[in-house]
Amino acid sequence: MNNEQTTSPANQPCCQQRRTFLTRLSIALSAVIGFVITLPAIGFILAPVFKKPKAKWRTVGKLEDFKVGGFVLVQYEDPSPVAWAGVTAKAGAWIRRASETEFIAFSINCRHLGCPVRWVDDPKLFMCPCHGGVYYEDGTVAAGPPPEPLERLSVRINKDMVEIQTIPTPLTLTTLT
Amino acid sequence: MSNNFITRTWNWIDNRIGFTDYIVPLMVHLVPSNARWWYIFGSATLCAFIVQVVTGISLAMSYVPGGEDTYQSLKYITDIAPLGSLVRGMHYYGASAMVMLAVIHMVQVFMHATYKYPREMNWMSGVVLLFVVLGMAFTGQLLRWDANGVWSVTVAAEMAGRTPIIGPTLAHFILGGETVGGSTITRFFAMHVFIMPALIFAGIGLHMLLIFRHGISEMPDVKEPVDPNTYKEAYEKRIKKTGVPFWPVAMWRDVLFSTLIVGVIMACSIFLGPPALDPPPNPSSINANPLPDWYFLWYFAVLSLLPPQLETWVILGVPVIGFVVLFFLPLISNKGHRAPSKRPWAGGAVIFISMAFIVLTIYGYKKPWSPDFGVKFLPASIVGTDHGPLAEGAKLMHIKGCLYCHDIGGYGGHRGPELTEIGKLLTRDDIIIRINNGGHNMPAFASSMSSVELNLIVDFLLTRGVTPDEDIPKNPTQ
Repeated sequence: MNNEQTTSPANQPCCQQRRTFLTRLSIALSAVIGFVITLPAIGFILAPVFKKPKAKWRTVGKLEDFKVGGFVLVQYEDPSPVAWAGVTAKAGAWIRRASETEFIAFSINCRHLGCPVRWVDDPKLFMCPCHGGVYYEDGTVAAGPPPEPLERLSVRINKDMVEIQTIPTPLTLTTLT
Repeated sequence: MSNNFITRTWNWIDNRIGFTDYIVPLMVHLVPSNARWWYIFGSATLCAFIVQVVTGISLAMSYVPGGEDTYQSLKYITDIAPLGSLVRGMHYYGASAMVMLAVIHMVQVFMHATYKYPREMNWMSGVVLLFVVLGMAFTGQLLRWDANGVWSVTVAAEMAGRTPIIGPTLAHFILGGETVGGSTITRFFAMHVFIMPALIFAGIGLHMLLIFRHGISEMPDVKEPVDPNTYKEAYEKRIKKTGVPFWPVAMWRDVLFSTLIVGVIMACSIFLGPPALDPPPNPSSINANPLPDWYFLWYFAVLSLLPPQLETWVILGVPVIGFVVLFFLPLISNKGHRAPSKRPWAGGAVIFISMAFIVLTIYGYKKPWSPDFGVKFLPASIVGTDHGPLAEGAKLMHIKGCLYCHDIGGYGGHRGPELTEIGKLLTRDDIIIRINNGGHNMPAFASSMSSVELNLIVDFLLTRGVTPDEDIPKNPTQ
């Protein structure tokens, strides 16, 4: 019985070499298949991460519509909306006409964890409904957990229209590095 | 004749697919005779998953994962589609049931120390499954693509953004770009419907395979601590002697409990209905009150109560450390006693974590740290009058936002100290200094309040907690 096994063609040195070769070939080709399938998929999934849309100026209203005083909420379109985005392509900002020629605008995102802050006119404070962050009218932190002031947006007047420059969602980066 | 035909047909099929050879032995494998009601939670979790798969596939027939249309399809499912509300409700309560049962199953396994030799990998695969289930719960909440969904995904991106070095990349991966938009929901749809269920199917397969390989554990016995050198042999011996077939001797309890769970899911869906939709997913709308579903409220509370210097550590550390500790638990302790009576620290840990979860969840639900934007003006019954300077001061308390954070007689937020008795506790000068300069997590109001307004508010506050006879400001207005 043992004799038969050792002398069978499958156990000949040439067959062992062939098996080793076929094993390695199969593993290598499987790896090739895996790469060919996954690389385009990974590239496709990660593409939005590395695509940096250019900031754009978006009109938020006529100059005459903004009175000197407190902040008002304005909406504008995301710098690179996809065709099917609809209402989800909108972004918001708090804008204040500080004088005849000066505008101040902040992103509505709280710098704690991104929730939408609300402007409360009488105490002149921005308040966050999520974790209680509070900011003064100049955007600096008044109370609560936000580690940074509100993100300021660039504003310009173009042909009697007020325009805001789009920005990415402001991220509060870690100081652990 | 007919029976004979059916038998012959079945025998033909059985011969080809090997049901009797492969499946029946698994169904009737021997389990400990004392494996009774404590052992029903794993199968009930699987049953809840089946509810999720069936209702999820049904919902996907009408759900449109793309921008504004997503919200409209949700409205259609909820308000118009026949049985849509019921199916959406079943999916929602099924998710709660699955999270709850997975955690209960894990606590039971932990308390009975079933993770010890030779079932370490059973536990480890279960931990991975639990985290994927939590991932399913979170992504599922976002697929309810309304105002709450938009802001929840923003919070998730912000949290990921705190990761050292790769934070912004992670955040933009989550958002599908640099802002929330049309590409965001499709990513979460793919994760929730394809990636995570595939992981769960694979995980369940491995989990079941390991259960069959190592057998169902017996109830813990104080007299029989686990010794890896002898355990397997002794277990096999005992199970052959006293074991009972899983089907149907043990399984009927699993089926009964799973029936109860499906009944509760169905009843909740019928009588409570699916969760109401918030306003549409408009990232420029500030009228949102982002709140996670109940299973993450505790974490929401933690993020609000932490000192700022610890926050980033906790945001990043809790999920990672939680996973690492749970995953490697069996490698730290895989032998010795299994009985809870011999493992007081295990019991203590479960009680402590359960209590912390309950307290933090209640706190997260009440969220006393948030300003109460909806607070009403103080009524005359609280103020003591409806005209004159006191009424003016009370009105200013609302206008200036003081009541958003301070409670007076049951009216107001809870972010700051209650002021119902403040007249007894602070002098006029103390109150003026506090209002003007802020401090202790309170903004300074010096630049947004005139001296007249300040005095009216202070005069009003000095009357709080003071009876009419002693209603004399300690340091009257000059």
